[in-house]
Amino acid sequence: MKAVVAVIGKDTVGILAKISAICADCNANVMDVTQTIMQDMFAMTMLIDISGCTSDYGTLAERLKKSGEEMNLQVHVMHEDIFNSMHRI
Amino acid sequence: MVSTNDILETIKMIQEENLDIRTITMGISLLDCIDSDIDAACGKIYEKMMRVAENHVKTGEEIEKRYGIPIINKRISVTPIAMLAASAKGSPVKFARVLQKVAEGTGVNYIGGYSALVHKGFAAGDRELIESIPEALSETSNVCSSVNIGSTRAGINMDAVRLMGEIILKSAKATENDHCFGAAKIVVFCNAVEDNPFMAGAFHGIGEPDTVINVGVSGPGVVRAALAKMPDADISEIAETIKKTAFKITRMGQLVGTEASKALGVPFGIVDLSLAPTPAVGDSVAHILEEMGLERCGAYGTTAALALLNDAVKKGGVMASSQVGGLSGAFIPVSEDAGMIEAASCGALGLEKLEAMTAVCSVGLDMVVVPGDTSPAVISGLIADEAAIGMVNSKTTAVRVIPAIGMKEGETLEFGGLFGSGPVMKINGFDCSKFISRGGRIPAPLQSLKN
Repeated sequence: MKAVVAVIGKDTVGILAKISAICADCNANVMDVTQTIMQDMFAMTMLIDISGCTSDYGTLAERLKKSGEEMNLQVHVMHEDIFNSMHRI
Repeated sequence: MVSTNDILETIKMIQEENLDIRTITMGISLLDCIDSDIDAACGKIYEKMMRVAENHVKTGEEIEKRYGIPIINKRISVTPIAMLAASAKGSPVKFARVLQKVAEGTGVNYIGGYSALVHKGFAAGDRELIESIPEALSETSNVCSSVNIGSTRAGINMDAVRLMGEIILKSAKATENDHCFGAAKIVVFCNAVEDNPFMAGAFHGIGEPDTVINVGVSGPGVVRAALAKMPDADISEIAETIKKTAFKITRMGQLVGTEASKALGVPFGIVDLSLAPTPAVGDSVAHILEEMGLERCGAYGTTAALALLNDAVKKGGVMASSQVGGLSGAFIPVSEDAGMIEAASCGALGLEKLEAMTAVCSVGLDMVVVPGDTSPAVISGLIADEAAIGMVNSKTTAVRVIPAIGMKEGETLEFGGLFGSGPVMKINGFDCSKFISRGGRIPAPLQSLKN
């Protein structure tokens, strides 16, 4: 199962490092990362494979969200299928 | 990987534009719970519903977390209770009480199906059930009732129309201390559908499988936001944009329905392609119409704009879902829509315009608050007119009016939460009691020579 992690907010040092550290800690494999910075707004989307994840989906999502809050960022963790079904025929 | 823009668009829809799944409704057939002993029947109902719907709420919450999409309501619809009342002696209110117990046990917020289908006449149990509605709805808080009084194929049962005017008023009076909320839990239908997931009119039709999952989507805010980006577009472009937006919204409903059905081991029924508003700012159908260029919902042009919206939502949604059903279209409940409340309060939107709008929208006169001293015959007249629109146009129409006991035109009845607040609207009080008291049946309309 794959999930999308979307991080939105003001750019700051170490966003990618902190988010990917949590993924690594839970054994979630980062498969793809895209990031854009518009003026100083930061938007990163990350595709992670959570089939080998050592913690359950809810816990991982909570940890990522909490870590985002600490950096004043919004973090959304959503199953990949929702985007596939909404944006692809 | 999906593009960043698509991801951000979805997140924006959910976070800022109030996109959500309005309801996952599990339909449960109670035909195998029929018993001549009413207490035995209630026992079977409780056992079956608790067994089948045990994980309904939990599953909904899990899907919510996995996809990051809010699922506002988890609900159940059941076989019209009049069918169970037909063979059981005793007060049908016992059935309402057991449904209330199931609602509390499973954690669902409403159970629909305290219903009777009497479009061609009353069978055993129907009249008893209808007459027990005020008591059943005042004694329970999570049970909803509906009565189908007409259809395109059968005509309109005017005896039932007369009866329902009285029942609505009695239900409001019986719940006078609770914002007359009893009346908000009754829907009078013409051409009721068997797979509607939305309350208060949901029931599990007899043509349905034993259990089924139906999903109702929402998202007026998303449509409005899409239209706000195109201030100078012509109407064809507006229709195209609504279609595309409806497609995306419906795809989400289809995904959630499929997942819920898999997790619960219950067949997937339909996605109801509806724009269901809430009183929240930015979640209004009236505001979509205003975005198209009307000063206020209710101005001339409103019916045309609504017709366009309703049709485009269906066209976009149909391709996005493998099975479409329910009421499908734009809902226009007055008290549940911030734009409708404003329009009714400032005098832009009256009952006559609302009635015209119901000819082109998905349901009918919904959550309309009328003065408490309105006579039962006038309410019946309103029901008859609305049913006639549905009957002639081969569409579902419904009436959910709330007589605000002790209130006059211009005052406001507060419900709170998803039900919002309703300005007491002006109603034409000229007498129609002679017409209503005649009884009988309006014959089914001709299906050809359409003009």
